[in-house]
Amino acid sequence: MTAPYEPWDETRGAEIIAEHARLDGATLVILHALQEAFGYVPEPAIPMVAAALNLSRAEVYGVFTFYHDFRKQPAGRHVLKLCRAEACQAAGGDALAARAEAKLGIAIGNTTADERVTLEPIYCLGLCATAPSAMLDGRVVGRLNEARIDALVAEAQR
Amino acid sequence: MTMRLFVPRDAGAIAVGADEVAVAFEQAAATSGIAIEIVRTGSRGLYWLEPMAEVATSYGRIAFGPVGCSDALSVLEAILSGDTHPLGLGIAEEIPWLKRQTRLTFARCGVIDPRSVDDYRAHGGYQGLERALTLGSDTILAEVTTSGLRGRGGAGFPTGIKWKTVAQASAERKYIVCNADEGDSGTFADRMIMEGDPFVVIEGMTIAGVAVGASKGYIYIRSEYPHAVEAMNAAIAAAKRAGYLGADIGGSGHSFDLEVRVGAGAYVCGEETSLLESLEGRRGIVRAKPPLPAHKGLFGKPTVINNVLSFAAIPFILAGGAKAYAEFGIGRSRGTMPIQLAGNIRYGGLFETAFGITLGELIDDIGGGTLTGRPVRAVQVGGPLGAYFPRALFDTPFDYEAFAARDGLIGHGGIVVFDDSVDMAKQARFAMEFCAVESCGKCTPCRIGSTRGVETIDKIRRGERVADNIAVVEDLCNTMKFGSLCALGGFTPYPVMSALKHFKEDFGPLPTHLEAAE
Repeated sequence: MTAPYEPWDETRGAEIIAEHARLDGATLVILHALQEAFGYVPEPAIPMVAAALNLSRAEVYGVFTFYHDFRKQPAGRHVLKLCRAEACQAAGGDALAARAEAKLGIAIGNTTADERVTLEPIYCLGLCATAPSAMLDGRVVGRLNEARIDALVAEAQR
Repeated sequence: MTMRLFVPRDAGAIAVGADEVAVAFEQAAATSGIAIEIVRTGSRGLYWLEPMAEVATSYGRIAFGPVGCSDALSVLEAILSGDTHPLGLGIAEEIPWLKRQTRLTFARCGVIDPRSVDDYRAHGGYQGLERALTLGSDTILAEVTTSGLRGRGGAGFPTGIKWKTVAQASAERKYIVCNADEGDSGTFADRMIMEGDPFVVIEGMTIAGVAVGASKGYIYIRSEYPHAVEAMNAAIAAAKRAGYLGADIGGSGHSFDLEVRVGAGAYVCGEETSLLESLEGRRGIVRAKPPLPAHKGLFGKPTVINNVLSFAAIPFILAGGAKAYAEFGIGRSRGTMPIQLAGNIRYGGLFETAFGITLGELIDDIGGGTLTGRPVRAVQVGGPLGAYFPRALFDTPFDYEAFAARDGLIGHGGIVVFDDSVDMAKQARFAMEFCAVESCGKCTPCRIGSTRGVETIDKIRRGERVADNIAVVEDLCNTMKFGSLCALGGFTPYPVMSALKHFKEDFGPLPTHLEAAE
């Protein structure tokens, strides 16, 4: 289960921003911290970050949208990331990814209708000698096979 | 006497159950009244044997693997009784796969406690820095240059020359930046060393700081590596407490501080100028060069930016001497390379060896062929931007120039093995698709070329005007190779063109006479 996130709160958001605003090149650090607290980067936070760092909203929004990690809305209760890069492809990862998609009834990049599971691609967890690999809510899992991917999917659905 | 057990905390070992095994050992010891102390180390890099546990004995460390939770009690009993155990591997250092290696950079990885400065020092750590502090800038630079060390991130630029450029630049502030954005599939050496011996990276960066006159360093680690982030942060804190980071290091008058920054899932940020943009808090858009980062890098200041493995090679060079390092290797590729064997391979892991070993030795002899047992058909060397080589090229020695001469690259030293079920047209398409997704968008050949590449390879795979469309792909690749601003667009042609060249049969029926005449 992912950490229970706080609901968006402007005062709390301002606190988080102020905590890191004095770092050099703080934008990514702040966006990470906001997402860690709220589970995504709430849109009202963008102009606040801009004001704190003396940047334009467009600049901060541009950074926010450039990186794959930052979310516009909360993910499902569990996030299952499947490595889709070459080493995992070579070890049969494509078939396992298709199996996970079929079990969950969604394509990679989506969240199930009951908002329990978000299925995402990841390009390399660095577990290439124990491929195929995946990450469920920050926990790494290697040497996936049909049984292990089924167990992961079942765990994510709980 | 308390039994000392070593269980890895490396992410690759954790992914196959090392944390659970550590708990199982504790429980088994508690229930059977055996006093044990568990040290969580990095991984030795023999991943098919992970989780691999070791026990300290008077003969050396005895290894067992792969250990499952249900094996914990029987392993402990075998250790106590001295009996053999089915999972027993003998003395760890004597395992042939490990013994064949030349571990200079990875000497301590899997051996020491990565949270302990004392353990690092007890295994030769910080001797490089201590010597560096007595040498002074010019001699350090000369040592690094003489060692022949070239950038281990992939570009292979001589490290000594890069450092010298920064040392000669005059500025009120200079930076040391460690590129730990190890995004290439099939590579995990940076992750392993950060998790297993983080102090060697810190020491290497500190030496760089002393050499060029920089007092601040950043380690930019990708967000896909949470264990490495944690390990580096813990090691930085420990080094600060021990006086190896901060003001007046070891009473030398030099000050150096380090900070970890975490990426956010952009592959292109492994490109050095894009990484600098990201560190400055911006979109990871590639910068045009010149100016070089050595002249105008982070926040516009002279900056040494090197890969994790380059910094990690430095302490040995300073402690053991440049000549000792340069004695290994061939041609202009000096020293050792931590090679990573991955994908569909029987014995996958980290194999550090002198340059010059052939690809065939690495795949067949050391790697043991495929895990599936099917014939090896293709290997991709150097990550998503590296060429696919067929068996016919397995005599290529692992060397920057030898790979370049065969239209390939060694990159960051990752090798991904594919068996004969691979569809090379699909792999070529993936290379273009990956480039399209990860392109920063600044230059047209990369941004547009990759998307056109995907579309055109799709046409080829559907059998539409195959010969014409292959010509289009070749033309696109040519434009991308020579017209892109950085290696993402510039090197994506390597996997595509090598797939076309060596595995043409996968791209549909060979062109007929009629088609060619159109």
